[in-house]
Amino acid sequence: MTTETQRSGGIEVESLVREFKNGPRAVDGIDLEVARGEIYGFLGPNGAGKSTTVLMLTTLLPPTSGSARVGGFDVVEQGPQVRASIGAALQEAALDPLLTGREHMRLQTALHGLGKAERESRGNELLERVGLAHAADRKVGGYSGGMKRRLDLALALAHRPRILFLDEPTTGLDIQSRTALWEEVARLAAEDGVTVFLTTQYLEEADALANRVGIIDHGHLVAEGTPAELKAEIGRPTVEAAPREEGDRERMTAVLGRFGQGAGSSPRGVAVRLDGGESQLAEVVRALDAEGIAIEHLQLHAPSLDDVFLAKTGRSLEGAAEEEPADAETETAAPA
Amino acid sequence: MSSSLGNQVGQLARRSILRTLRQPAQIVPAIVFPLFLLAVNTGGLKEATNLPGFPTDSYLTFILAVPFIQGALFSVMNSGTDLARDIETGFLNRLALTPLRGAALLSGLLAGAFVLGVVQAAAYLAVGLIAGAELAAGPAGALVLVLLSVAITVAFGTIGLFAALRFGSGEAVQGLFPVFFVFLFLSAMTLPLDLLTTDWFHAIASVNPVTYLLEAIRSLLIEGWNLGDLALGFGIAAAIGALGMLAASSALKSRLVRT
Repeated sequence: MTTETQRSGGIEVESLVREFKNGPRAVDGIDLEVARGEIYGFLGPNGAGKSTTVLMLTTLLPPTSGSARVGGFDVVEQGPQVRASIGAALQEAALDPLLTGREHMRLQTALHGLGKAERESRGNELLERVGLAHAADRKVGGYSGGMKRRLDLALALAHRPRILFLDEPTTGLDIQSRTALWEEVARLAAEDGVTVFLTTQYLEEADALANRVGIIDHGHLVAEGTPAELKAEIGRPTVEAAPREEGDRERMTAVLGRFGQGAGSSPRGVAVRLDGGESQLAEVVRALDAEGIAIEHLQLHAPSLDDVFLAKTGRSLEGAAEEEPADAETETAAPA
Repeated sequence: MSSSLGNQVGQLARRSILRTLRQPAQIVPAIVFPLFLLAVNTGGLKEATNLPGFPTDSYLTFILAVPFIQGALFSVMNSGTDLARDIETGFLNRLALTPLRGAALLSGLLAGAFVLGVVQAAAYLAVGLIAGAELAAGPAGALVLVLLSVAITVAFGTIGLFAALRFGSGEAVQGLFPVFFVFLFLSAMTLPLDLLTTDWFHAIASVNPVTYLLEAIRSLLIEGWNLGDLALGFGIAAAIGALGMLAASSALKSRLVRT
């Protein structure tokens, strides 16, 4: 572990493991480092171990083994110091529907020990910043999903934390709310130097927001790097095609197989990573035509984080998200 | 940066009170249902006053003690359900990430039960007196009666907190409600302990703490100032509250596994 990261108030994780009673290892020996002011995207499908990792790093769940330091403090030995350094917006905005936004801010700032005058000014500042000043005196039960998420973020920032954990902060939000949240998170990292550990199952979120991405699957970190580095590893584009007649699917697989390696199951048809790059697309179309296979859909994809996920796990992230149960993610109070 | 225990209790008490006041569905049944049973019992059992040794000729005065206990039972459900909801929604995790002390959380949450206890006691007493019940201990007795009622309500509230922390679900807390009603029915609810002639029932009622809570309340209504009965009533409430808080604190430690 580098003392550099410790000094700068980042995150260091070494061989972190979490086992649940009668269950699999939700997190199975993760190593990672996040530098101060960095936005780290933790990408993976439901049940991959993202939220369990966040719960351990935020001191809400003791690790089974391994170690982690957050803001220079050990998550097991120095829980109170870790909590003082971090803010967290955990999965599902945990808000009281009977309280107003302002009452939430008052409670949060008071519990963090801010003085009376500062509570009011900090609360107003944050509500303004997340665009909720107009709704501050309305009960949260009447807020939209996006408003709840923005309030959740404001509450996580109440005590000016150096490190922010956001667990799937935009799940279920419309594109406008999602973009607004991305802008605020990017601003926090760029202007305030806040370190952000962000879990997500949205490829575009990790791609747009994260300086570096860690891809987790079945509790293992299967890839790590900047989005550009990870995509460059894959290098080749993927062609995805679907036949008009379902009976032609096997023949289409055989034809596309001549042009490259299969890129796993595609929800829409057959996907192949082109050995010869995008210039082969015309040949692909001609070959399918020559075989008399009518095409319902044909698309060329530049390498994406989904391709990275596919290359590392053999599955598409989109498909994995549908097939994985979410139990390991939500089981928070059953220590082994 | 860390807030004092007093400040934390105050903040959580404020939240608990606001929540209680903003949920008429918690307050109204807790007042109306016991008053409804009061009316039914008074009408159906008034001939009991003819039994030799019955302590008063007003059955309304005798049975008026029961709503105070029934109302307190509602506090088990209300305080427990509120906390269980906090667990289910993750709000407890939000609180756990602050420098919040466990004692502050539990005490703050009981503030809602305290307020509900005051409102309930005032309502039962007012309705009872308007309907013709007596209050032998006079105006000062009314104050002590409200205090005792609140003590019982808060004590029962600790059991709700324990159940919520132990089981983590509102349904489990609500499942306790009928169990506690059995305690009420197996007490000296409708007749004085001395007049319960069925041996097994008398045996159970005489060891049931609810009997002595009822007798403490009745002492103020029927006798005036019976310090022995009052001390026993307050003592039992304190004991239930202390045991409930101990159990809830222990369950909180298991529930909040923060390092």
